[in-house]
Amino acid sequence: MAEEQRAPGDLAEQGAITALPERPIFVLPPKRTFRNHLVFFITKKPLGAFGAAVAILLMVTAVFAPVIANHDPYETVVANIYAAPLTENFFGADRLGRDVYSRLIYGARISLYVGILSSFIGCTIGMAVGVASVRFGGVTDLIVQRFIDAMIAFPTLILAIAIMAALGGSLNNVVIALSIVYIPSTARIMRAQFLAINEMDYILAGRAIGAGDWRIMWKHMIPNAFALYLVIVTFHLGGAIIAEASLSFLGVGVPIDVPSWGGMLSGAASQYVALAPWLAVFPGVAIALVVFSWNVLGDALRDVLDPRLKGTN
Amino acid sequence: MRTYIVKRSLLFIPTLLIVTMVIFGILRVVPGDPAMMILGGEDAEDDYSEQQLADLRAKLGTDKPIHVQYFVWIGKMLRGDFGISFFYEGDMVLDDIKERVPVTLELGLMSLFLASIVAIPLGVISAMKQDTIGDYVTRVITIMGIALPNFWVAIMTIFFLVLFFNWAPPLAYVPPWEDPWVNFQQLIFPAIALGTSNMAFIARITRSAMLEVLHEDYIRTARAKGLGEKVVISRHALRNALLPVITLTGYEFGRLISGTVIIEVIFLVPGMGRLLITSIFHRDFPMIQGTIVLIALVVLVLNLLLDLTYAWVNPRIRYS
Repeated sequence: MAEEQRAPGDLAEQGAITALPERPIFVLPPKRTFRNHLVFFITKKPLGAFGAAVAILLMVTAVFAPVIANHDPYETVVANIYAAPLTENFFGADRLGRDVYSRLIYGARISLYVGILSSFIGCTIGMAVGVASVRFGGVTDLIVQRFIDAMIAFPTLILAIAIMAALGGSLNNVVIALSIVYIPSTARIMRAQFLAINEMDYILAGRAIGAGDWRIMWKHMIPNAFALYLVIVTFHLGGAIIAEASLSFLGVGVPIDVPSWGGMLSGAASQYVALAPWLAVFPGVAIALVVFSWNVLGDALRDVLDPRLKGTN
Repeated sequence: MRTYIVKRSLLFIPTLLIVTMVIFGILRVVPGDPAMMILGGEDAEDDYSEQQLADLRAKLGTDKPIHVQYFVWIGKMLRGDFGISFFYEGDMVLDDIKERVPVTLELGLMSLFLASIVAIPLGVISAMKQDTIGDYVTRVITIMGIALPNFWVAIMTIFFLVLFFNWAPPLAYVPPWEDPWVNFQQLIFPAIALGTSNMAFIARITRSAMLEVLHEDYIRTARAKGLGEKVVISRHALRNALLPVITLTGYEFGRLISGTVIIEVIFLVPGMGRLLITSIFHRDFPMIQGTIVLIALVVLVLNLLLDLTYAWVNPRIRYS
């Protein structure tokens, strides 16, 4: 380090300044193309890249479910009741003779639908609450914070169960329940970030040229907290998939005949696990793999997008 | 410190009020009239007269305007009356809950204890050997532990127990004061299944807390004065790293409760979580309200105590 800093002076004294240096003095940074970003991400964050790959695979599965599945997920075949895997049914069949493999493929749709919608809706509302709370400050902030305190006092799953109890079990009600659950925690984290942003000089500068609160929030505060927002969405997406599975498993989520991973694990799957382990193993592995992937992807995104947050979780 | 205690405690009251409002609000947007549901029976087909309906509404208090209902409900709760169960007719909600609390508490503490004795050493070793194979293995295990849904862990636990030990979840729960050994046998496996995600969480924060502490000046000083690695780790590093671990684990109490709901349902443990789920299926709203308010209250009190402890240990918080 010290040597490098002294180098130009030393060279000049030795009269060697005219000699070509062995290495170029200034290297252009690599072009910021999408491909370079991708290579950088894969080499620096292999685990995150794995997570991204599984996430993409999940989306493809969900979109092309009718092509990938080889049975109708709702069709009950009496002859196939509790059929073992690797027969006519890849992953066996359940207590009504429905194909586990096809239900698993269609289950990806449910997981992804709930995961994406609830994390986006919840986090977006949470971010809006956070930025408004900081920008308007004072009494607004105080009241909003008490509401958030109160909401956070409910354990996530318990609050979701309570909302489901009131709304009744259906796919969109699961989305509503989980969206509500993610608002307070997102608002709390985003608020901390917005508090720091609100003290920045560019906010003051914006104010000085006459920008109103809405313009400052929309054009200056939200864009500067967007990296954190993306990271939180990713984490909540994994969490929402587990939460949906838990709700459906408990019987308060999506209706039982709908092929969801959590629902597949409830009832016979957990009661007769010793007799028909395939009913419990495959959906469980699917949930674990997908949630693991979203978590490592979230970790990697956090490190890449916002190094300040490193090690905060 | 005194001003901090007063300030922090005063915040507790509005929060608690909002908690009750939220729960009351959520469960009152339910479509349908509880009185009609009770009289209508399972399939809403039973016959009943207008007079019966009006009487039951008056008995349940649902004939009054909603804000009156709320204040009546709050007033009763303050006097320890959580209402009468819709389903277990004649049962006081609080009595039923009281019966279940010790079970959930025992299960929760047992799993927390098991999780800590595995997780803390794991986290310490992972931090000491940062970026080695052992560290990576630990980190993957911890992320897996968080990703594995605990109901699946529970199902798989039962699977292996049935396979190797021919063990099945017991149908009748035995309290510890009747037969501690049978009680232990009944709860040890649910506690393990419940503990996996907590184990992962504690190991993760232990690792990051240890890493932070290990870069402190006083660790270098301790090494410089010739202390052995064992002493440096156990007496200087771990002691300082444990504080955030303990408080963060405390703040995660809610997650532990969420977990017990599922584990109790699978392992047939008669705790609060199972009471909550069965009440939902029976649409027993006083019971649901009571259970959830009680859980939220415990979380709030715990958070208050943790905040105060933290401020007491770390004076910087008091003055911010």
